[in-house]
Amino acid sequence: MKMYLSVGKLRFVTGLQYRTAAFAGILTQLFFGFVFIMVYVAFYNRSGAQLPMTLQEVVTYIWLQQMFLGLIALYFRDPDIFQLITGGNIAYELCRPCGLYGFWFAKLLATRVSGVVLRCFPLLVAVLLLPNPYGISLPPSITAFLLFLLSLLLGLLIVCAISLLIYISIFWTMSPTGSTLMVATAGEFLAGMILPIPLMPVWMQKLANSLPFRWTVDFPFRVYTGHIAAAEALEGLMIQLFWLALLTGLGLLLINRALRRVVVQGG
Amino acid sequence: MGNPIISLEGIGKTFKVAKRAAGVRQAAKALFYRKHTFVEALKDISFTIREGEIAGYIGPNGAGKSTTIKVMCGILVPDEGDCKVMGYTPWKSRTAYVGNIGVVFGQRSQLWWDVPVIDSFELLRDIYKVPDTRYRKNLSMLTETLALADLIHVPVRQLSLGQRMRCEIAASLLHDPRILFLDEPTIGLDAASKIAVRQFIKTIHKEKGITVILTTHDMNDIEALAERILMIGKGSLLYDGSLDELRRRFGSSRTLTVDYRDCLRPVDIPGAVRHSWSPQQAVYTFDSAQISLTGVISQLSEQAEILDVAVDSKSVDELILQLYKEHQI
Repeated sequence: MKMYLSVGKLRFVTGLQYRTAAFAGILTQLFFGFVFIMVYVAFYNRSGAQLPMTLQEVVTYIWLQQMFLGLIALYFRDPDIFQLITGGNIAYELCRPCGLYGFWFAKLLATRVSGVVLRCFPLLVAVLLLPNPYGISLPPSITAFLLFLLSLLLGLLIVCAISLLIYISIFWTMSPTGSTLMVATAGEFLAGMILPIPLMPVWMQKLANSLPFRWTVDFPFRVYTGHIAAAEALEGLMIQLFWLALLTGLGLLLINRALRRVVVQGG
Repeated sequence: MGNPIISLEGIGKTFKVAKRAAGVRQAAKALFYRKHTFVEALKDISFTIREGEIAGYIGPNGAGKSTTIKVMCGILVPDEGDCKVMGYTPWKSRTAYVGNIGVVFGQRSQLWWDVPVIDSFELLRDIYKVPDTRYRKNLSMLTETLALADLIHVPVRQLSLGQRMRCEIAASLLHDPRILFLDEPTIGLDAASKIAVRQFIKTIHKEKGITVILTTHDMNDIEALAERILMIGKGSLLYDGSLDELRRRFGSSRTLTVDYRDCLRPVDIPGAVRHSWSPQQAVYTFDSAQISLTGVISQLSEQAEILDVAVDSKSVDELILQLYKEHQI
Protein backbone atom coordinates (compact mmCIF):
# COMPACT_ATOMS: atom_id res chain seq x y z
CA MET A 1 0.00 0.00 0.00
CA LYS A 2 2.81 2.35 0.94
CA MET A 3 4.34 1.69 -2.45
CA TYR A 4 1.20 2.80 -4.27
CA LEU A 5 1.02 5.96 -2.18
CA SER A 6 4.67 6.57 -2.85
CA VAL A 7 4.43 6.19 -6.62
CA GLY A 8 1.33 8.32 -6.55
CA LYS A 9 3.10 10.99 -4.54
CA LEU A 10 6.06 11.11 -6.89
CA ARG A 11 3.77 11.33 -9.89
CA PHE A 12 1.78 14.02 -8.18
CA VAL A 13 4.89 16.08 -7.41
CA THR A 14 6.05 15.70 -11.01
CA GLY A 15 2.66 16.83 -12.27
CA LEU A 16 2.67 19.91 -10.05
CA GLN A 17 5.76 21.18 -11.83
CA TYR A 18 3.74 22.16 -14.87
CA ARG A 19 2.27 25.45 -13.69
CA THR A 20 2.08 27.12 -17.07
CA ALA A 21 0.21 24.16 -18.50
CA ALA A 22 -2.27 24.44 -15.66
CA PHE A 23 -2.79 28.14 -16.26
CA ALA A 24 -3.28 27.61 -20.00
CA GLY A 25 -5.67 24.78 -19.17
CA ILE A 26 -7.81 27.03 -17.01
CA LEU A 27 -8.21 29.54 -19.82
CA THR A 28 -8.98 26.85 -22.38
CA GLN A 29 -11.56 25.28 -20.16
CA LEU A 30 -13.24 28.61 -19.43
CA PHE A 31 -13.38 29.27 -23.17
CA PHE A 32 -14.89 25.89 -24.00
CA GLY A 33 -17.32 26.16 -21.12
CA PHE A 34 -18.60 29.47 -22.47
CA VAL A 35 -18.93 28.17 -26.01
CA PHE A 36 -20.93 25.14 -24.90
CA ILE A 37 -23.14 27.20 -22.63
CA MET A 38 -23.89 29.77 -25.32
CA VAL A 39 -24.99 26.96 -27.64
CA TYR A 40 -27.28 25.57 -24.94
CA VAL A 41 -28.67 29.02 -24.08
CA ALA A 42 -29.62 29.54 -27.73
CA PHE A 43 -31.08 26.07 -27.91
CA TYR A 44 -33.15 26.46 -24.72
CA ASN A 45 -34.43 29.93 -25.75
CA ARG A 46 -35.71 28.70 -29.10
CA SER A 47 -37.06 25.34 -28.03
CA GLY A 48 -40.72 25.18 -27.10
CA ALA A 49 -40.65 21.56 -25.97
CA GLN A 50 -40.45 20.38 -22.38
CA LEU A 51 -36.77 19.43 -21.95
CA PRO A 52 -35.60 16.72 -19.55
CA MET A 53 -33.00 18.98 -17.90
CA THR A 54 -33.27 22.66 -16.95
CA LEU A 55 -30.80 25.13 -18.41
CA GLN A 56 -29.43 25.71 -14.92
CA GLU A 57 -28.69 22.00 -14.56
CA VAL A 58 -27.01 21.85 -17.95
CA VAL A 59 -24.82 24.88 -17.19
CA THR A 60 -23.70 23.37 -13.89
CA TYR A 61 -23.08 20.07 -15.67
CA ILE A 62 -20.84 21.80 -18.20
CA TRP A 63 -18.79 23.65 -15.61
CA LEU A 64 -18.26 20.48 -13.56
CA GLN A 65 -17.15 18.76 -16.72
CA GLN A 66 -14.64 21.53 -17.44
CA MET A 67 -13.37 21.61 -13.87
CA PHE A 68 -12.84 17.87 -13.60
CA LEU A 69 -11.87 17.29 -17.23
CA GLY A 70 -8.52 15.80 -16.25
CA LEU A 71 -10.17 13.25 -14.00
CA ILE A 72 -12.72 11.94 -16.43
CA ALA A 73 -11.53 12.63 -19.97
CA LEU A 74 -10.71 9.35 -21.68
CA TYR A 75 -8.47 10.88 -24.30
CA PHE A 76 -5.92 11.98 -21.71
CA ARG A 77 -3.12 9.58 -22.07
CA ASP A 78 -0.05 9.00 -20.11
CA PRO A 79 2.86 8.90 -22.57
CA ASP A 80 5.07 7.25 -19.95
CA ILE A 81 3.27 3.97 -19.86
CA PHE A 82 3.07 3.46 -23.59
CA GLN A 83 6.71 4.40 -23.94
CA LEU A 84 7.47 1.81 -21.31
CA ILE A 85 5.89 -0.81 -23.52
CA THR A 86 6.97 0.32 -26.98
CA GLY A 87 10.41 1.49 -25.85
CA GLY A 88 11.24 -1.55 -23.78
CA ASN A 89 11.66 0.14 -20.42
CA ILE A 90 9.06 -2.28 -19.15
CA ALA A 91 12.09 -4.45 -18.41
CA TYR A 92 12.69 -2.36 -15.30
CA GLU A 93 9.02 -2.39 -14.29
CA LEU A 94 9.11 -6.16 -14.39
CA CYS A 95 12.11 -6.27 -12.06
CA ARG A 96 10.05 -4.80 -9.24
CA PRO A 97 8.48 -7.02 -6.64
CA CYS A 98 4.94 -5.84 -7.31
CA GLY A 99 2.08 -6.41 -9.68
CA LEU A 100 2.22 -4.23 -12.75
CA TYR A 101 -1.49 -3.54 -12.78
CA GLY A 102 -1.65 -1.90 -9.38
CA PHE A 103 1.56 -0.02 -10.04
CA TRP A 104 0.29 1.47 -13.28
CA PHE A 105 -3.12 2.13 -11.82
CA ALA A 106 -1.51 4.22 -9.08
CA LYS A 107 0.51 6.11 -11.69
CA LEU A 108 -2.53 6.91 -13.82
CA LEU A 109 -4.58 7.93 -10.84
CA ALA A 110 -1.91 10.30 -9.57
CA THR A 111 -1.34 11.85 -12.99
CA ARG A 112 -5.03 12.63 -13.30
CA VAL A 113 -5.37 13.98 -9.78
CA SER A 114 -2.27 16.16 -10.00
CA GLY A 115 -3.47 17.57 -13.31
CA VAL A 116 -6.80 18.57 -11.84
CA VAL A 117 -5.77 19.85 -8.41
CA LEU A 118 -4.04 22.89 -9.86
CA ARG A 119 -6.91 23.72 -12.20
CA CYS A 120 -10.19 22.99 -10.49
CA PHE A 121 -10.03 25.51 -7.63
CA PRO A 122 -9.27 28.67 -9.61
CA LEU A 123 -11.87 27.55 -12.13
CA LEU A 124 -14.41 26.98 -9.37
CA VAL A 125 -13.92 30.49 -8.02
CA ALA A 126 -14.28 31.94 -11.52
CA VAL A 127 -17.49 30.13 -12.38
CA LEU A 128 -19.05 30.81 -8.98
CA LEU A 129 -18.71 34.54 -9.67
CA LEU A 130 -20.30 34.42 -13.11
CA PRO A 131 -23.76 36.00 -13.51
CA ASN A 132 -26.87 34.05 -14.45
CA PRO A 133 -27.36 31.99 -16.55
CA TYR A 134 -23.63 31.40 -16.96
CA GLY A 135 -22.67 30.65 -13.36
CA ILE A 136 -22.48 27.28 -11.62
CA SER A 137 -25.16 26.49 -9.05
CA LEU A 138 -24.56 24.86 -5.68
CA PRO A 139 -25.79 21.33 -5.06
CA PRO A 140 -29.32 21.19 -3.62
CA SER A 141 -28.24 19.41 -0.43
CA ILE A 142 -25.23 18.18 1.53
CA THR A 143 -26.31 14.63 0.76
CA ALA A 144 -26.27 15.33 -2.96
CA PHE A 145 -22.79 16.82 -2.62
CA LEU A 146 -21.41 13.87 -0.66
CA LEU A 147 -22.95 11.40 -3.08
CA PHE A 148 -21.41 13.43 -5.89
CA LEU A 149 -17.93 13.18 -4.36
CA LEU A 150 -18.30 9.44 -3.94
CA SER A 151 -19.60 8.93 -7.47
CA LEU A 152 -16.87 11.14 -8.93
CA LEU A 153 -14.24 9.08 -7.14
CA LEU A 154 -15.71 5.81 -8.42
CA GLY A 155 -16.03 7.37 -11.87
CA LEU A 156 -12.33 8.29 -11.77
CA LEU A 157 -11.42 4.73 -10.86
CA ILE A 158 -13.54 3.42 -13.74
CA VAL A 159 -11.82 5.83 -16.15
CA CYS A 160 -8.43 4.59 -14.96
CA ALA A 161 -9.52 0.98 -15.42
CA ILE A 162 -10.67 1.75 -18.98
CA SER A 163 -7.44 3.63 -19.75
CA LEU A 164 -5.41 0.72 -18.47
CA LEU A 165 -7.25 -1.60 -20.85
CA ILE A 166 -6.17 0.74 -23.66
CA TYR A 167 -2.58 0.58 -22.44
CA ILE A 168 -2.68 -3.17 -22.17
CA SER A 169 -3.85 -3.34 -25.78
CA ILE A 170 -0.53 -1.73 -26.76
CA PHE A 171 1.18 -5.02 -25.97
CA TRP A 172 -0.53 -6.33 -29.09
CA THR A 173 -0.87 -3.24 -31.27
CA MET A 174 2.39 -1.44 -30.38
CA SER A 175 0.69 1.92 -30.86
CA PRO A 176 -1.73 3.72 -28.61
CA THR A 177 -3.19 5.87 -31.37
CA GLY A 178 -5.84 3.52 -32.70
CA SER A 179 -7.20 2.17 -29.48
CA THR A 180 -7.16 5.55 -27.74
CA LEU A 181 -8.91 7.21 -30.66
CA MET A 182 -11.61 4.58 -30.96
CA VAL A 183 -12.34 4.14 -27.31
CA ALA A 184 -11.95 7.81 -26.46
CA THR A 185 -14.18 9.14 -29.22
CA ALA A 186 -16.98 6.64 -28.79
CA GLY A 187 -16.50 6.49 -25.05
CA GLU A 188 -16.64 10.22 -24.46
CA PHE A 189 -19.79 10.61 -26.48
CA LEU A 190 -21.46 7.76 -24.63
CA ALA A 191 -20.16 9.15 -21.35
CA GLY A 192 -22.10 12.36 -21.87
CA MET A 193 -19.14 14.62 -22.56
CA ILE A 194 -20.75 16.16 -25.63
CA LEU A 195 -24.36 15.91 -24.64
CA PRO A 196 -25.82 14.99 -21.26
CA ILE A 197 -27.44 11.56 -21.52
CA PRO A 198 -31.05 12.76 -20.84
CA LEU A 199 -30.87 15.01 -23.89
CA MET A 200 -30.05 12.07 -26.16
CA PRO A 201 -32.66 10.15 -28.17
CA VAL A 202 -34.10 7.21 -26.29
CA TRP A 203 -32.34 4.50 -28.30
CA MET A 204 -28.99 6.16 -27.65
CA GLN A 205 -29.78 6.47 -23.96
CA LYS A 206 -30.35 2.71 -23.91
CA LEU A 207 -26.99 2.12 -25.53
CA ALA A 208 -25.26 4.49 -23.11
CA ASN A 209 -26.92 2.79 -20.16
CA SER A 210 -25.59 -0.60 -21.15
CA LEU A 211 -21.96 0.60 -21.23
CA PRO A 212 -19.63 1.74 -18.45
CA PHE A 213 -18.86 5.19 -19.86
CA ARG A 214 -21.86 7.17 -18.63
CA TRP A 215 -21.02 6.23 -15.04
CA THR A 216 -17.85 8.31 -15.29
CA VAL A 217 -19.30 11.64 -16.41
CA ASP A 218 -23.05 11.86 -16.74
CA PHE A 219 -23.84 10.11 -13.50
CA PRO A 220 -21.66 12.04 -10.98
CA PHE A 221 -22.52 15.42 -12.48
CA ARG A 222 -26.25 14.82 -12.46
CA VAL A 223 -25.97 13.58 -8.88
CA TYR A 224 -24.44 16.97 -8.06
CA THR A 225 -27.27 18.93 -9.65
CA GLY A 226 -29.85 16.78 -7.93
CA HIS A 227 -31.22 15.67 -11.27
CA ILE A 228 -30.54 12.17 -10.02
CA ALA A 229 -32.13 11.86 -6.59
CA ALA A 230 -30.40 10.29 -3.60
CA ALA A 231 -32.16 6.90 -3.78
CA GLU A 232 -31.37 6.51 -7.46
CA ALA A 233 -27.84 7.70 -6.82
CA LEU A 234 -27.23 4.92 -4.29
CA GLU A 235 -28.36 2.41 -6.86
CA GLY A 236 -25.99 4.05 -9.36
CA LEU A 237 -23.07 3.72 -6.95
CA MET A 238 -23.69 -0.03 -6.88
CA ILE A 239 -23.62 -0.14 -10.66
CA GLN A 240 -20.38 1.84 -10.64
CA LEU A 241 -18.87 -0.72 -8.24
CA PHE A 242 -20.01 -3.50 -10.54
CA TRP A 243 -18.34 -1.93 -13.57
CA LEU A 244 -15.18 -1.19 -11.60
CA ALA A 245 -14.90 -4.82 -10.50
CA LEU A 246 -15.57 -6.08 -14.01
CA LEU A 247 -13.09 -3.75 -15.72
CA THR A 248 -10.26 -4.26 -13.24
CA GLY A 249 -10.84 -8.02 -13.35
CA LEU A 250 -10.59 -7.95 -17.13
CA GLY A 251 -7.50 -5.75 -16.97
CA LEU A 252 -5.74 -8.11 -14.56
CA LEU A 253 -6.58 -11.09 -16.73
CA LEU A 254 -5.31 -9.43 -19.89
CA ILE A 255 -2.14 -8.01 -18.39
CA ASN A 256 -1.14 -11.43 -17.12
CA ARG A 257 -1.74 -12.85 -20.55
CA ALA A 258 0.26 -10.01 -22.14
CA LEU A 259 3.21 -10.51 -19.80
CA ARG A 260 3.46 -14.15 -20.74
CA ARG A 261 4.21 -13.13 -24.28
CA VAL A 262 6.05 -9.91 -23.56
CA VAL A 263 8.88 -8.93 -25.84
CA VAL A 264 11.25 -6.29 -24.58
CA GLN A 265 11.48 -3.90 -27.50
CA GLY A 266 14.82 -2.47 -28.48
CA GLY A 267 17.09 -5.21 -27.07
CA MET B 1 33.24 -20.46 -3.80
CA GLY B 2 29.71 -20.97 -2.58
CA ASN B 3 26.78 -23.12 -3.59
CA PRO B 4 25.16 -22.91 -7.00
CA ILE B 5 22.85 -19.89 -6.98
CA ILE B 6 21.81 -19.78 -10.64
CA SER B 7 21.35 -22.77 -12.87
CA LEU B 8 20.06 -22.85 -16.42
CA GLU B 9 19.10 -26.10 -18.12
CA GLY B 10 18.55 -26.21 -21.85
CA ILE B 11 16.99 -22.76 -22.11
CA GLY B 12 15.63 -21.92 -25.55
CA LYS B 13 13.78 -18.88 -26.81
CA THR B 14 12.52 -18.05 -30.27
CA PHE B 15 11.24 -14.67 -31.44
CA LYS B 16 8.86 -14.18 -34.30
CA VAL B 17 9.95 -11.28 -36.48
CA ALA B 18 7.84 -9.64 -39.18
CA LYS B 19 9.84 -9.00 -42.31
CA ARG B 20 9.35 -6.94 -45.39
CA ALA B 21 11.51 -5.38 -48.04
CA ALA B 22 11.83 -1.62 -48.36
CA GLY B 23 9.47 0.50 -50.41
CA VAL B 24 5.86 1.52 -50.65
CA ARG B 25 4.79 -1.46 -52.71
CA GLN B 26 6.20 -3.92 -50.25
CA ALA B 27 4.63 -2.01 -47.39
CA ALA B 28 1.25 -2.15 -49.11
CA LYS B 29 1.69 -5.85 -49.73
CA ALA B 30 2.48 -6.34 -46.06
CA LEU B 31 -0.95 -4.98 -45.21
CA PHE B 32 -2.46 -8.17 -46.53
CA TYR B 33 0.22 -10.69 -46.21
CA ARG B 34 3.03 -10.69 -43.75
CA LYS B 35 6.10 -12.80 -43.82
CA HIS B 36 7.45 -13.92 -40.52
CA THR B 37 10.75 -15.43 -39.75
CA PHE B 38 11.66 -17.10 -36.54
CA VAL B 39 14.85 -16.06 -34.86
CA GLU B 40 16.31 -18.50 -32.40
CA ALA B 41 17.65 -16.11 -29.79
CA LEU B 42 18.73 -18.85 -27.40
CA LYS B 43 19.47 -22.48 -28.15
CA ASP B 44 19.94 -24.99 -25.38
CA ILE B 45 21.77 -22.71 -22.96
CA SER B 46 22.95 -24.42 -19.77
CA PHE B 47 25.28 -23.17 -17.09
CA THR B 48 25.61 -22.81 -13.36
CA ILE B 49 26.80 -19.81 -11.40
CA ARG B 50 27.94 -20.17 -7.82
CA GLU B 51 27.24 -17.78 -5.04
CA GLY B 52 29.82 -15.00 -4.84
CA GLU B 53 31.09 -15.38 -8.39
CA ILE B 54 31.57 -12.55 -10.85
CA ALA B 55 30.75 -13.88 -14.29
CA GLY B 56 31.32 -11.93 -17.48
CA TYR B 57 28.83 -12.72 -20.18
CA ILE B 58 30.18 -11.79 -23.57
CA GLY B 59 29.35 -12.17 -27.22
CA PRO B 60 28.78 -10.07 -30.31
CA ASN B 61 25.69 -7.88 -30.72
CA GLY B 62 22.53 -9.91 -31.08
CA ALA B 63 24.12 -13.05 -29.68
CA GLY B 64 21.54 -13.46 -26.93
CA LYS B 65 23.26 -11.93 -23.92
CA SER B 66 20.47 -9.58 -22.95
CA THR B 67 17.86 -12.22 -23.67
CA THR B 68 19.56 -14.58 -21.23
CA ILE B 69 19.75 -11.84 -18.61
CA LYS B 70 16.05 -11.11 -19.10
CA VAL B 71 15.18 -14.76 -18.68
CA MET B 72 17.20 -14.90 -15.46
CA CYS B 73 15.45 -11.74 -14.21
CA GLY B 74 12.01 -13.17 -14.84
CA ILE B 75 11.15 -10.64 -17.54
CA LEU B 76 11.04 -13.03 -20.47
CA VAL B 77 9.48 -16.44 -20.49
CA PRO B 78 11.65 -18.96 -22.36
CA ASP B 79 10.05 -21.44 -24.76
CA GLU B 80 11.87 -24.40 -23.31
CA GLY B 81 14.27 -25.40 -20.59
CA ASP B 82 14.42 -24.72 -16.92
CA CYS B 83 16.01 -22.00 -14.89
CA LYS B 84 16.39 -21.88 -11.14
CA VAL B 85 17.72 -18.83 -9.35
CA MET B 86 17.94 -19.05 -5.57
CA GLY B 87 15.37 -21.83 -5.76
CA TYR B 88 12.87 -19.74 -7.75
CA THR B 89 11.80 -20.18 -11.33
CA PRO B 90 12.09 -16.48 -12.21
CA TRP B 91 9.13 -16.08 -14.58
CA LYS B 92 6.82 -18.22 -12.48
CA SER B 93 7.27 -16.52 -9.13
CA ARG B 94 8.38 -13.19 -10.50
CA THR B 95 7.14 -10.86 -7.78
CA ALA B 96 8.47 -13.00 -4.95
CA TYR B 97 11.78 -13.53 -6.69
CA VAL B 98 12.79 -10.09 -7.99
CA GLY B 99 13.09 -8.65 -4.49
CA ASN B 100 16.33 -10.62 -4.23
CA ILE B 101 18.03 -9.27 -7.31
CA GLY B 102 19.30 -5.93 -8.50
CA VAL B 103 19.33 -5.09 -12.18
CA VAL B 104 20.98 -2.37 -14.25
CA PHE B 105 20.29 -2.08 -17.96
CA GLY B 106 22.99 0.25 -19.24
CA GLN B 107 20.88 1.47 -22.13
CA ARG B 108 17.80 2.26 -20.08
CA SER B 109 17.02 4.30 -17.02
CA GLN B 110 15.16 3.30 -13.90
CA LEU B 111 15.29 6.79 -12.42
CA TRP B 112 12.46 9.26 -12.83
CA TRP B 113 13.59 11.75 -15.39
CA ASP B 114 12.12 14.98 -14.05
CA VAL B 115 12.69 14.70 -10.32
CA PRO B 116 15.83 14.59 -8.16
CA VAL B 117 17.54 11.23 -7.85
CA ILE B 118 16.71 10.95 -4.17
CA ASP B 119 12.98 10.85 -5.01
CA SER B 120 13.53 7.80 -7.18
CA PHE B 121 15.55 6.20 -4.39
CA GLU B 122 12.78 6.75 -1.91
CA LEU B 123 10.24 5.28 -4.27
CA LEU B 124 12.45 2.21 -4.67
CA ARG B 125 12.72 1.99 -0.88
CA ASP B 126 8.94 1.79 -0.68
CA ILE B 127 8.62 -0.59 -3.61
CA TYR B 128 11.12 -3.01 -2.09
CA LYS B 129 9.87 -2.35 1.44
CA VAL B 130 13.37 -1.65 2.73
CA PRO B 131 13.29 -0.85 6.46
CA ASP B 132 14.22 2.74 7.19
CA THR B 133 17.42 2.05 9.15
CA ARG B 134 18.73 -0.32 6.52
CA TYR B 135 17.83 2.12 3.75
CA ARG B 136 19.73 4.91 5.44
CA LYS B 137 22.74 2.69 6.03
CA ASN B 138 22.81 1.49 2.43
CA LEU B 139 22.25 4.99 1.10
CA SER B 140 25.13 6.46 3.05
CA MET B 141 27.40 3.58 2.04
CA LEU B 142 26.46 3.97 -1.64
CA THR B 143 26.70 7.75 -1.50
CA GLU B 144 30.17 7.47 -0.12
CA THR B 145 31.60 4.76 -2.35
CA LEU B 146 30.04 6.10 -5.55
CA ALA B 147 30.60 9.78 -4.64
CA LEU B 148 26.94 10.67 -5.05
CA ALA B 149 26.62 13.33 -2.39
CA ASP B 150 26.42 16.18 -4.91
CA LEU B 151 24.24 14.29 -7.34
CA ILE B 152 21.27 12.94 -5.46
CA HIS B 153 19.46 16.26 -5.14
CA VAL B 154 19.80 17.06 -8.84
CA PRO B 155 17.02 16.18 -11.31
CA VAL B 156 18.06 13.18 -13.37
CA ARG B 157 17.77 15.00 -16.69
CA GLN B 158 20.59 17.34 -15.62
CA LEU B 159 23.09 14.56 -14.89
CA SER B 160 25.79 13.45 -17.29
CA LEU B 161 25.72 9.85 -18.46
CA GLY B 162 28.55 8.86 -16.13
CA GLN B 163 26.88 10.50 -13.15
CA ARG B 164 23.57 8.92 -14.04
CA MET B 165 25.07 5.48 -14.39
CA ARG B 166 26.54 5.73 -10.89
CA CYS B 167 23.09 6.62 -9.62
CA GLU B 168 21.53 3.76 -11.60
CA ILE B 169 23.91 1.30 -10.00
CA ALA B 170 23.19 2.71 -6.56
CA ALA B 171 19.46 2.41 -7.25
CA SER B 172 19.83 -1.28 -7.97
CA LEU B 173 21.57 -1.95 -4.66
CA LEU B 174 19.36 -0.11 -2.17
CA HIS B 175 17.53 -3.29 -1.20
CA ASP B 176 20.60 -5.48 -0.57
CA PRO B 177 20.14 -7.87 -3.48
CA ARG B 178 22.07 -11.13 -3.42
CA ILE B 179 22.56 -11.13 -7.16
CA LEU B 180 23.37 -8.13 -9.31
CA PHE B 181 22.70 -8.28 -13.05
CA LEU B 182 24.56 -5.63 -15.01
CA ASP B 183 23.64 -5.43 -18.66
CA GLU B 184 26.31 -3.27 -20.30
CA PRO B 185 26.88 -0.99 -17.31
CA THR B 186 29.81 0.81 -18.91
CA ILE B 187 28.26 1.50 -22.31
CA GLY B 188 29.00 5.02 -23.49
CA LEU B 189 31.06 5.98 -20.44
CA ASP B 190 34.42 7.73 -20.56
CA ALA B 191 37.57 6.09 -19.22
CA ALA B 192 37.34 7.68 -15.77
CA SER B 193 33.71 6.70 -15.25
CA LYS B 194 34.39 3.18 -16.47
CA ILE B 195 37.16 2.78 -13.96
CA ALA B 196 34.96 4.19 -11.20
CA VAL B 197 32.18 1.75 -12.04
CA ARG B 198 34.57 -1.21 -12.15
CA GLN B 199 36.18 -0.21 -8.90
CA PHE B 200 32.80 0.03 -7.27
CA ILE B 201 31.66 -3.36 -8.53
CA LYS B 202 34.83 -4.86 -7.12
CA THR B 203 34.28 -3.20 -3.76
CA ILE B 204 30.66 -4.21 -3.44
CA HIS B 205 31.51 -7.78 -4.46
CA LYS B 206 34.24 -8.00 -1.87
CA GLU B 207 32.33 -6.38 0.97
CA LYS B 208 28.92 -7.92 0.49
CA GLY B 209 29.83 -11.13 -1.30
CA ILE B 210 27.22 -10.34 -3.89
CA THR B 211 27.04 -12.49 -7.03
CA VAL B 212 27.53 -10.42 -10.18
CA ILE B 213 26.55 -11.27 -13.75
CA LEU B 214 27.89 -8.73 -16.17
CA THR B 215 27.49 -8.32 -19.91
CA THR B 216 29.81 -6.02 -21.75
CA HIS B 217 31.61 -5.33 -24.99
CA ASP B 218 34.50 -3.74 -23.21
CA MET B 219 37.14 -6.38 -22.60
CA ASN B 220 38.78 -4.17 -19.99
CA ASP B 221 35.65 -4.69 -17.89
CA ILE B 222 36.14 -8.41 -18.21
CA GLU B 223 39.82 -8.23 -17.45
CA ALA B 224 39.27 -6.06 -14.40
CA LEU B 225 36.29 -7.92 -12.99
CA ALA B 226 35.42 -11.33 -14.27
CA GLU B 227 36.96 -14.47 -12.90
CA ARG B 228 34.84 -16.43 -15.24
CA ILE B 229 33.76 -15.85 -18.82
CA LEU B 230 30.69 -17.21 -20.52
CA MET B 231 30.67 -16.59 -24.23
CA ILE B 232 27.56 -16.79 -26.32
CA GLY B 233 27.26 -16.54 -30.08
CA LYS B 234 24.20 -16.99 -32.28
CA GLY B 235 22.26 -18.19 -29.26
CA SER B 236 24.59 -20.97 -28.18
CA LEU B 237 27.03 -21.07 -25.32
CA LEU B 238 30.50 -21.34 -26.85
CA TYR B 239 32.91 -20.96 -24.00
CA ASP B 240 32.66 -21.29 -20.26
CA GLY B 241 35.83 -20.94 -18.27
CA SER B 242 38.31 -18.59 -16.71
CA LEU B 243 40.12 -15.81 -18.48
CA ASP B 244 43.44 -17.46 -17.61
CA GLU B 245 42.39 -20.65 -19.30
CA LEU B 246 41.42 -18.69 -22.39
CA ARG B 247 44.85 -17.10 -22.33
CA ARG B 248 46.48 -20.49 -22.05
CA ARG B 249 44.46 -21.80 -24.94
CA PHE B 250 45.02 -18.98 -27.36
CA GLY B 251 47.36 -16.64 -25.67
CA SER B 252 50.76 -18.30 -25.98
CA SER B 253 51.65 -16.12 -28.94
CA ARG B 254 54.06 -13.25 -28.18
CA THR B 255 55.20 -10.28 -30.16
CA LEU B 256 58.78 -9.16 -29.65
CA THR B 257 60.03 -5.78 -30.78
CA VAL B 258 63.82 -5.32 -30.62
CA ASP B 259 65.88 -2.18 -31.07
CA TYR B 260 69.58 -2.66 -31.75
CA ARG B 261 72.67 -0.77 -32.82
CA ASP B 262 72.97 -0.69 -36.59
CA CYS B 263 72.91 -4.18 -37.99
CA LEU B 264 73.18 -4.55 -41.71
CA ARG B 265 71.46 -7.86 -42.36
CA PRO B 266 68.27 -9.35 -41.01
CA VAL B 267 68.55 -12.02 -38.34
CA ASP B 268 66.54 -15.25 -38.70
CA ILE B 269 65.56 -17.13 -35.59
CA PRO B 270 64.25 -20.69 -35.90
CA GLY B 271 60.74 -20.96 -34.44
CA ALA B 272 59.99 -17.25 -34.70
CA VAL B 273 58.46 -15.33 -37.57
CA ARG B 274 60.03 -12.05 -38.58
CA HIS B 275 57.49 -9.44 -39.54
CA SER B 276 59.61 -6.40 -40.22
CA TRP B 277 63.20 -5.47 -40.32
CA SER B 278 65.23 -2.30 -40.51
CA PRO B 279 68.86 -1.61 -39.57
CA GLN B 280 67.60 -0.34 -36.19
CA GLN B 281 64.51 -2.42 -35.35
CA ALA B 282 62.86 -5.80 -35.98
CA VAL B 283 59.53 -7.36 -34.97
CA TYR B 284 59.10 -11.08 -34.39
CA THR B 285 56.22 -13.24 -33.27
CA PHE B 286 56.66 -16.64 -31.69
CA ASP B 287 54.74 -19.19 -29.69
CA SER B 288 55.92 -19.10 -26.10
CA ALA B 289 54.81 -22.69 -25.64
CA GLN B 290 57.24 -23.81 -28.38
CA ILE B 291 60.24 -21.60 -27.82
CA SER B 292 61.23 -19.62 -24.76
CA LEU B 293 61.65 -15.87 -24.68
CA THR B 294 65.17 -16.11 -23.32
CA GLY B 295 66.06 -18.45 -26.19
CA VAL B 296 64.89 -15.90 -28.74
CA ILE B 297 66.71 -13.05 -27.08
CA SER B 298 69.95 -14.91 -26.61
CA GLN B 299 69.99 -15.91 -30.29
CA LEU B 300 69.38 -12.30 -31.20
CA SER B 301 72.09 -10.96 -28.93
CA GLU B 302 74.63 -13.20 -30.62
CA GLN B 303 74.08 -11.35 -33.86
CA ALA B 304 73.35 -7.78 -32.81
CA GLU B 305 73.90 -5.39 -29.96
CA ILE B 306 70.46 -5.12 -28.38
CA LEU B 307 69.39 -1.74 -27.06
CA ASP B 308 65.79 -2.38 -26.05
CA VAL B 309 63.17 -5.13 -26.16
CA ALA B 310 59.40 -5.01 -25.76
CA VAL B 311 57.24 -8.13 -25.39
CA ASP B 312 53.47 -8.05 -25.95
CA SER B 313 51.03 -10.83 -25.41
CA LYS B 314 47.64 -10.83 -27.10
CA SER B 315 45.04 -8.50 -25.67
CA VAL B 316 41.81 -9.96 -24.41
CA ASP B 317 40.11 -8.32 -27.37
CA GLU B 318 42.22 -10.34 -29.74
CA LEU B 319 41.62 -13.52 -27.78
CA ILE B 320 37.90 -12.99 -28.02
CA LEU B 321 38.10 -12.24 -31.71
CA GLN B 322 39.99 -15.47 -32.12
CA LEU B 323 37.26 -17.31 -30.23
CA TYR B 324 34.64 -15.73 -32.49
CA LYS B 325 36.65 -16.82 -35.50
CA GLU B 326 37.00 -20.32 -34.21
CA HIS B 327 33.23 -20.58 -33.89
CA GLN B 328 32.61 -18.65 -37.08
CA ILE B 329 30.36 -16.01 -35.60
